[in-house]
Amino acid sequence: MTADFLLSLAQAITKGLLTGMVYGLMALGLSVIFGVMRVVNFAHGEIMVVGMYLAWMGFEYLQLSPMLSLPLIALLFFGAGYALQRAVISPFIGRPEHQQFLLLLAIAILLVNACLVIAGPDARGVQMESQFDSYELGPFVFDAVRLHAALTAVVIAGLLWLFFTRTRTGKSIRAAADNNLGALVVGLDVRRLYAFTFGVGAACVGAAGALMITIIPVTPFLAAEYTLLAFVIVIVGGLGSMTGALAGGLLIGVSEAVAGLLLQPSLKSMVSFGILILVLLLRPQGLFGKSGP
Amino acid sequence: MTGRNFTRRRLGQTTLAGAALLGAPLPLREAFAQGAPANLKVGLLLPTSGLQAQIGQACKRGADVANDVFADMKLPVKLDIVNYDTETKPDVARTQAEKAIDAGCHILVGAFDSGQTIAIAQVCEQRGVPLVVNIAAAPQITEQGYKFVVRNFPTAPMLITGALALHKEIFKVSGKTPKTAVLMSVNDTFGTAMINGIKALFPKLDMPYELVDTISYDVAAKDLSVEVAKAKATKAELLLPVSRLNDAKLLVQEMVKQRWEPMGVLNPGAPGLYEQDFLKTMGKYGEFMISNVPWLDPKSTMTAALEKRHAAKYPNDQLDLNGGFTFEGILIAAQAWLAAKSTKPGDLMEALRKIKIDQHVMVGGPIQFDAKGQNVNIKATAVENLKRKPTVVLPLESAAAPLVFPMPPWNDKRRT
Repeated sequence: MTADFLLSLAQAITKGLLTGMVYGLMALGLSVIFGVMRVVNFAHGEIMVVGMYLAWMGFEYLQLSPMLSLPLIALLFFGAGYALQRAVISPFIGRPEHQQFLLLLAIAILLVNACLVIAGPDARGVQMESQFDSYELGPFVFDAVRLHAALTAVVIAGLLWLFFTRTRTGKSIRAAADNNLGALVVGLDVRRLYAFTFGVGAACVGAAGALMITIIPVTPFLAAEYTLLAFVIVIVGGLGSMTGALAGGLLIGVSEAVAGLLLQPSLKSMVSFGILILVLLLRPQGLFGKSGP
Repeated sequence: MTGRNFTRRRLGQTTLAGAALLGAPLPLREAFAQGAPANLKVGLLLPTSGLQAQIGQACKRGADVANDVFADMKLPVKLDIVNYDTETKPDVARTQAEKAIDAGCHILVGAFDSGQTIAIAQVCEQRGVPLVVNIAAAPQITEQGYKFVVRNFPTAPMLITGALALHKEIFKVSGKTPKTAVLMSVNDTFGTAMINGIKALFPKLDMPYELVDTISYDVAAKDLSVEVAKAKATKAELLLPVSRLNDAKLLVQEMVKQRWEPMGVLNPGAPGLYEQDFLKTMGKYGEFMISNVPWLDPKSTMTAALEKRHAAKYPNDQLDLNGGFTFEGILIAAQAWLAAKSTKPGDLMEALRKIKIDQHVMVGGPIQFDAKGQNVNIKATAVENLKRKPTVVLPLESAAAPLVFPMPPWNDKRRT
């Protein structure tokens, strides 16, 4: 192997890690919601696409950088997620899974069509000078936008970890996730905790959307692709595991980048699905998931 | 009373005239009817939304001013142009073509993209309605024996042959010849046709550089970082992109970020690099890219009329080959109608086969179609992005500015 090839490989892995961190943040929301409520959010990609559109609108109409609009979007999504869970999803908890699936699918279709009506079918992206920037470190060149997005994703994931391990509400949510009946017996307001969890999950996805718009342009039809990607990541990492979501994001990001380099770039998605099939065959609970009873 | 009596002789004359009109053969009756003809209804099918929306809209602008240009050029026609959006999807293109024919369109024009055009061509063939292809390069469109299709755009091999011949000219004029090149291409119908064409023609054309790699990517790609890294790793001195608009932007963005500065970016006959949106969003980084494509003929009177009307109606939009070829598509429909004196599909098709239009807007000889329905008189030019405007630099006899090659580095002072 030549030094040039090794450098290209290292460059591809670095790029994959940076993209994977944003993927991880996106999948984190899905994993948190499932881990606590046992509800699979089939509107996940659609919620992210709404986040991308909001960040684009902030940039287009208010000249607000997506990095600055990110906290506002996360806050807005937390409120919207909380309200959605209390008003619509809560009655479906405990119902057959196909009913939950249909409900969330309906929400997904509504969101996609709302985006279509408001923003149209054309690709919308933000054009910033920083999108042409890169940092040079020895022979390595880092894409500035990806690096900023990845670092922000790491900070958000860290804050989330602190929330779940250091705050009273976070600990209560984990208690409710571990033993729902026990949580009810000790007097925890499980319904409120579920709504809070959905809000946190939605905020994560909204934040991921604000980061993603700096990397790629958005169209309403992107949603299904990202729902699928989030599912691949959490299934590979382990559904319900935060560590698994982050590790799955990194694994998929790196595998796509390396596959693009070693094979034809147009075949890179094939590798992600190959990994998914392998994990389902060899470790169905995912890399960091717990085995079923 | 007029004083003139209604005699038996006058009654006979009137009856005879009426009987002659009613009994006349059909073409004669239509000729009589041409005194107040029903407008020719043209179905214009373009991707005005979706991935190719911006290019589709650029095409549509060329058609929007067509009737005004015809009036300026004293062409005695006014067409009823009905727009249909293909949404950048071949299945939608097929449905829209059927819808246009059901709505009474006598002739269809479109549809910028090869995949969508093939879908429309199949419908036109089944329904027996003429299709004038404005832009689409896949060779099979005119190689499948369709009887109702004519194409006023070069095939992929024609584009490639013209473009590669101009590459040699660029190297000769600049005195700089790269030794290696990498080909990057979208993997849609058009891109695949171009890659196959380049690979097939390359050995025959005795090119001075070696093609070191071919990298294909999805037309809806959202990120080309890996693709560009792979291309950069080949250390090729020349990049030949077969792109569309959105991927052309991603491509250049990544080249700048990854600090890849080849000797030049020479588009071998694809869209993307000369589009208005590309020039606007890429700014100084879009400068000095060269597209080897057919372009508007600055010496044509009709081009001047088209530019004037286009500038008046769309002051913020650039007229490029998309608008030019779509205008010509409408012009061909109009001339066919004038020649056929009928809106019947068979008559229009017959007129299209025999058509010869000397006065038009794109560089090249008269518009006329060979037995396969292909216009073989279109010529390629080298169009370089200079001061945010695609400018003809070759052939020298048509050049509006001198060629700049090799391309200046990304941070060069000439990029402002």
